[in-house]
Amino acid sequence: MAAKTKTTKANVVLNNYESVIIFTPVLSEEQLKDAVSKYRNLIKEEGGELVHEENWGLTKLAYPINKKTTGFYHIYEYKASGDFISKFELAFRRDERIMRFLTTALDKHALIYNQRKRNGEFNQNKKEKQEAK
Amino acid sequence: MSRPNAQINPAMVFNTTPEAPQKKKYCRFRKNGIKYIDYKDGNFLLKFVNDQGKILPRRLTGTSLKYQRKIAQAVKRARHLSILPYVGDQLK
Repeated sequence: MAAKTKTTKANVVLNNYESVIIFTPVLSEEQLKDAVSKYRNLIKEEGGELVHEENWGLTKLAYPINKKTTGFYHIYEYKASGDFISKFELAFRRDERIMRFLTTALDKHALIYNQRKRNGEFNQNKKEKQEAK
Repeated sequence: MSRPNAQINPAMVFNTTPEAPQKKKYCRFRKNGIKYIDYKDGNFLLKFVNDQGKILPRRLTGTSLKYQRKIAQAVKRARHLSILPYVGDQLK
């Protein structure tokens, strides 16, 4: 398990963040790949470090956004400095392919949770929860 | 207009059963050692909203204050991301 913050050579503190983006469903598979890699590269260019990436594919929305009832969910988990977030979100706002986004800072419990989820301990977790019901 | 779902019987939904209505409520997060509530897990969050999509109060679910705040935060994030609806009808 990595430490919560990490100091690089330039003495920049990297924090852990997670961004969920909803892309518009009108994109073709290639366009989606383009868009996804654009932000992946942006993280790397700006000195961030991509930890994990997840794509939910075409998912039904709970309510319509921009008159669309489905969307492509994509999740980036990364380490970056705090200054990067405003740049990142500005890029989201300018991008017409993005319908909605949310960036959250991850605390230590979230990091452990995400790590366990990636390791596939999640189903076990779910069972425990169901028993508790 | 009547709102049949506005009144929920907590005994039917949560930790207590109709057979044992006196059973004490407990905080499921404390009991199971769950430290983080994932706002991306819509199915899990459904347990903490009523069928209109409103966040259930602590007195019904038995959740401790610390985790009730986290639930509220997670539900609101999920609503923003269209994982949960802001207003629902017959959610369950």
